[in-house]
Amino acid sequence: MPEFIQIMISGLSAGSIYALAAVGFTLLWQASQTINFAQGEFVMLPAFFVLALMSFAGFPLWLAILAAIALSVLLLGAIFKRLIVEPMISHGTLPLVIATIALGLLLKEAVKEFYSPLGQPFPSLFPQEVFVVAGASISIPDIANFIIAMGTIIALQLFLQRTRTGRCMQATAQNPDVAQILGVDVKRMVLYTFLINGALAAIASVLITPVYLAKFSNGEVLGVVAFTAAIVGGFNQIRGALVGGLVIGVVDNLSAIYFSAEYRQAVPLILLIVIILVRPQGLLGTAEGRTV
Amino acid sequence: MSETILSVRNVSKNFGGIQAVREVSFDVKRGEVLGLIGPNGSGKSTLFNCVLGQLKPSSGEVHVNGRNVAGMRACDLNKLGVGRTFQQLSVFPQMSVIDNIILAGQEHHGTMLSRLFGPSDAGLTAEAEQMIAFFRLSHLRDELAGSLSYGQQKLVDAAMAFMAGPSLVLLDEPAGGVNLTMLGNLKERLKTYNESHDTTFVVIEHNMEFVMSLCSRIVVLAEGAIIAEGTPDEIRNNQQVIDAYLGG
Amino acid sequence: MTPKNIIFAIVAVGLLIIAPLGQGNYITYVLCSWLLFSIAAMGLNLTLGYAGQVSLAQASFMGIGAYITALMTLNGIHWILAMPCAVAATFFVGLVLGYPALRVQHHFLAFVTLAFNTLVFLAFRNEEWLTGGSFGLVGMPRPDFWVFSTMKQLPFYYFTLVCFLISAAAFWWIVHSPWGRAFKALRENPIRANSVGVDTRRMTLLAFAIGSAFGGLAGALMTPLVQFIEPGSFALVHSLKLLLMVVVGGAGFFFGPILGAAIVILMPEVLRFTEGYYLIIYALLVIVLMVYSPTGLMGLGGKVITRFRPQREVRKDMVQGAQL
Repeated sequence: MPEFIQIMISGLSAGSIYALAAVGFTLLWQASQTINFAQGEFVMLPAFFVLALMSFAGFPLWLAILAAIALSVLLLGAIFKRLIVEPMISHGTLPLVIATIALGLLLKEAVKEFYSPLGQPFPSLFPQEVFVVAGASISIPDIANFIIAMGTIIALQLFLQRTRTGRCMQATAQNPDVAQILGVDVKRMVLYTFLINGALAAIASVLITPVYLAKFSNGEVLGVVAFTAAIVGGFNQIRGALVGGLVIGVVDNLSAIYFSAEYRQAVPLILLIVIILVRPQGLLGTAEGRTV
Repeated sequence: MSETILSVRNVSKNFGGIQAVREVSFDVKRGEVLGLIGPNGSGKSTLFNCVLGQLKPSSGEVHVNGRNVAGMRACDLNKLGVGRTFQQLSVFPQMSVIDNIILAGQEHHGTMLSRLFGPSDAGLTAEAEQMIAFFRLSHLRDELAGSLSYGQQKLVDAAMAFMAGPSLVLLDEPAGGVNLTMLGNLKERLKTYNESHDTTFVVIEHNMEFVMSLCSRIVVLAEGAIIAEGTPDEIRNNQQVIDAYLGG
Repeated sequence: MTPKNIIFAIVAVGLLIIAPLGQGNYITYVLCSWLLFSIAAMGLNLTLGYAGQVSLAQASFMGIGAYITALMTLNGIHWILAMPCAVAATFFVGLVLGYPALRVQHHFLAFVTLAFNTLVFLAFRNEEWLTGGSFGLVGMPRPDFWVFSTMKQLPFYYFTLVCFLISAAAFWWIVHSPWGRAFKALRENPIRANSVGVDTRRMTLLAFAIGSAFGGLAGALMTPLVQFIEPGSFALVHSLKLLLMVVVGGAGFFFGPILGAAIVILMPEVLRFTEGYYLIIYALLVIVLMVYSPTGLMGLGGKVITRFRPQREVRKDMVQGAQL
């Protein structure tokens, strides 16, 4: 039982970080029908911004993190939208998919070439301490990651529901034509979505990288996890991506221990296939607004 | 001449609590051109979809050539001799006009294997050329269907519906969005085809003038039920129909 | 086939025959690799470019074909018997993978096939008793055909070329047959296709099965070419690479994937002088191409031709507008 609790907690912690990436993925899809195959690389990259700023510009960790978030908002948000998504949006889904695949490759190779092909240690944000509750050892970073990731998602949700801008963004996602008629600046709202995705990716990056090392190839796994989470939960709402992320985190950890370490990666994928075939709108999704 | 092609028997269709079609019955005989009219929301499209096997009636049956079509796949229905056109443009835009027409006939020729190993046109080029000549599209033979004007695409759509030599053709708002000149031609072509091939038509249409001059018999639906049935002249003078359309 | 096409085909085959002459073993090897990836990309082009069904699992079919061929030839069965088994097996696995396409489309289908590819990869890596795990399988023999031995690189090139030409001819035949027309109809307007009698269910499954079988054949050629196969060669990234070949070349064009495979396989050689920056340059070129010509290089070629040689009026409706 203590072991189970431990697994659940580390699963939820990892899952909440996956959820950050998945939420961003979902937002992009809703606002602009962009399937971002580079999402994994988007999560890989900001950690290198932090490392670069610390080692070359001598920034302290906290400042480097803030600057990295700002950089990702600019590069992975605004520039990504302006240079890649915008010119291609009218060409249909497939060319954009190809372009994001190429972008992922570009980011990966650029990091490998210009920074380092080796895994880099990444400073941890929280004390690596463990305390024991009911026989289960619980690590502080796990709890802190969970709180920050969940806090970010809740803040985002509140922003979307409670503020005028947030509601305009939701209207844009649901029906851009009507939103336009109602006087919403649709283009600006779509841009905001991309900026938010950049920020979410940066936060996820900073949280998850201390767990592994900062490596150019981190995005390969993270990308698959992000869209698996998005689909399992349900594409058309943030709640869905959140639940999807948590489910994947927990399932991933449970199957590693109780099922088979070799096939650990397979379990979320099987879940993905089953969900798509049985309930394509996702666990929490509603059937409408999806082009199946 | 009096053979029944389409038989709609006590068909009702409910969506949740809403009864879209109520106890509708009518027969269509070989060679007839039946118009199906009614105000928006009168259940025409629902009924149409029941006839096409796309919707399963809540009760009642639809028989085409004596076969119950409930739940039948569109391709099987087509093999049973039912052709159709669509309300929206429904051609294959990146294929040439002649390829569109050949496609509409090829699945009725030979077997799966002969369609792989046989000639690339399934032996239908001559027939397809005749069909496009009939609809006066010969000059557009090799153009991509998607580059044609709206009216021309409507004609291609109609030609596709006829290519398999169907015994029953369902036309879903053939006149919608077609300009006047083109409309006259379309009507004349449909009439000619009907007379020369003895093909049965069921037409859903809002354009009264078009329906009245094309159809030999008209069924009027309002709120899911048949309120009148008869020749165009009878319908024109039917008080109930006038009320349903004008009195609202 | 028009006379112009026939002349073009003869010239192309002639060029393919003389291409490796006077080249070193390595270049010949790269050319073989290009031909076999062209076969796999052709298959994906059928599934994706012609029938409009997104598949991100083509590499896994190459893998299945490669492993079947490897296991059989290692056990002393001649390649000529192993290859049909590989093709048949991938055909049927492809058929099964087609079933999800009957329920979901577009990006959902992309994710199902993507997941499938990773599952197959995991099976290759973890089932050591059969596949050798991450160490892979080595020492597969190259086939002998009576007096014609493919042990040397040049004869192997001609052996690959023959397989390639047969595949290309089969592909050409399929897409120009009524089946090809039905596949295109499936891509353009599945509902209309169904209503004119096309059994869309059957054609969707066939599009997957046939496309996968081409992948299986490519795998069956990869085994004797490389003589070493390991799971990493069939990971998701290689399916994405195949997708790149098809789309960069031009999905739905006969020569598109062959051109695309040339770009993906031969470009590293051309860009060798850029050393590590090769993939970066390559990725940039792909993004730029997609922005300017979403229909790929074939589409780009078309654009250039129309720019320099204005075509006749596309809209013909004004010409005889009064008539109909």
